[in-house]
Amino acid sequence: MADTCTCTAAPVLIFPCSGGSNVGQIANQAAVELTKEGVGKLFCLAGVGGHVDSFIESSKGNRLVVIDGCPTACAKKIFEHVNLPVTDYIVVTGLDIKKTHNFDLERNDIEKVCAEVKRRLQCNL
Amino acid sequence: MEIKIFGPGCPKCKALHKAVTEVVSEMGLSADVKKVEKLDEIVQAGVMLTPGLMVNGKLKVFGKVPGKEDIKRYIEEEKQ
Repeated sequence: MADTCTCTAAPVLIFPCSGGSNVGQIANQAAVELTKEGVGKLFCLAGVGGHVDSFIESSKGNRLVVIDGCPTACAKKIFEHVNLPVTDYIVVTGLDIKKTHNFDLERNDIEKVCAEVKRRLQCNL
Repeated sequence: MEIKIFGPGCPKCKALHKAVTEVVSEMGLSADVKKVEKLDEIVQAGVMLTPGLMVNGKLKVFGKVPGKEDIKRYIEEEKQ
């Protein structure tokens, strides 16, 4: 098998809202770090939101972890629009992380989101 | 018709290539089924996870080996 194969990536796709606030960016950074850890694979929410067929088709049948920054739930609504079932849903502000427009992200907050995703993945097997 | 299979040559990539060639044969199509194994070409094509399947320049699916019925549907979509 080639060293560069990505077939073995976990069938867990992570979609952070990546929105324009600290919590959106915490969601994004958590998704990056979870991908680096091998927990799942950061996927393109924009691809799904743009109704790009290959992204929607490739998401089907996988475990879809959606991380919204706040209760506006933009990422979750994108999945509703394309009729893709979200298997694991997390809202960053629901973890006692306050929404601001300060982009100096707190390390503890990112770790809190990562831990919550891992906990959900273990609980919801 | 041009069909490309994206993947560095791992078991799932081989499984997709096999499934596609079988579907092409079953459909009686004249198609050029190519394997793309260079990572930079795979990434440039927009394939986030391998294996990936492209039909007539349109990326249809990646990150899994679709069933034969789905492969047939992807091909039918690009036949017009």
